[in-house]
Amino acid sequence: MKLVDVVRFTNAEILYGEELIGAIDVEYAYGSDLMSDVLAFARPGSLLLTGLTNVQIMRTAQMLDIPAVVFVRGKRPQDAAIALASQVKIPVILSRLSMFETCGILYREGLLPCSIPDREV
Amino acid sequence: MGPQPYVERYVVQGGVFDAIGEASTQLKSVLKMLGIPSDITRRATVVAYEAEMNLVIHAGGGEITASVFPDRLELFVRDEGPGIPDIPLAMKEGYSTATDEIREMGFGAGMGLPNMKRNSDSLDVRSEVGKGTSLFAVIRFPSDPVQQPVKEG
Repeated sequence: MKLVDVVRFTNAEILYGEELIGAIDVEYAYGSDLMSDVLAFARPGSLLLTGLTNVQIMRTAQMLDIPAVVFVRGKRPQDAAIALASQVKIPVILSRLSMFETCGILYREGLLPCSIPDREV
Repeated sequence: MGPQPYVERYVVQGGVFDAIGEASTQLKSVLKMLGIPSDITRRATVVAYEAEMNLVIHAGGGEITASVFPDRLELFVRDEGPGIPDIPLAMKEGYSTATDEIREMGFGAGMGLPNMKRNSDSLDVRSEVGKGTSLFAVIRFPSDPVQQPVKEG
């Protein structure tokens, strides 16, 4: 799915990377408010949806080669997070919808989930 | 004696939450610059990032040393923090001693050590309560020579 369509389907706002999003395609997505869960389960290259707003979420995205981050529930990322995003050229999108609704729409429109491996808990 | 590794060392300060990830991000750019395959780079930086979180959140700081050999990358992390009383328990997913304040920032999911284990080919954690913790992770490069430069002509 084109990133421009992610923005369109969720009626979102682009906070950074207007000029970058036309070239980005995503196939998978992962939504979480836990940094380590993202590191554990987000497939590299997938779209990240989160309600965390600190700079570490962008560092986490950077480490996993996440092409763009969607902040949900209208939660605006901190200035430091936007600054880092622009430094590493990762587009930042703001959805006013809940995590559930944002993910639901994108799932309905064809984005695929990251599979969670079976493991000992 | 094997070949001398390329060594990077990072000193991580304790308690500076905003800085979490700075060392691992630097490591990622170095590995990228060295031409290490991207999946290896990613695994190594996830291990380093989780270790860095622990150093900042739990250990009052410490040191991360990355050594790049021709066939593997070794990460050595040490601190003089409070130590881990029960390592098998700490290796379980979901076990965390992080405070609510830390959890609100998105850390403390209890996935740190399990994530390090999953992304390493071997992980050795040693700890003494009151003295500190040391962690040794090895990530092997793929044995087929995928990163060999292509000869043209």
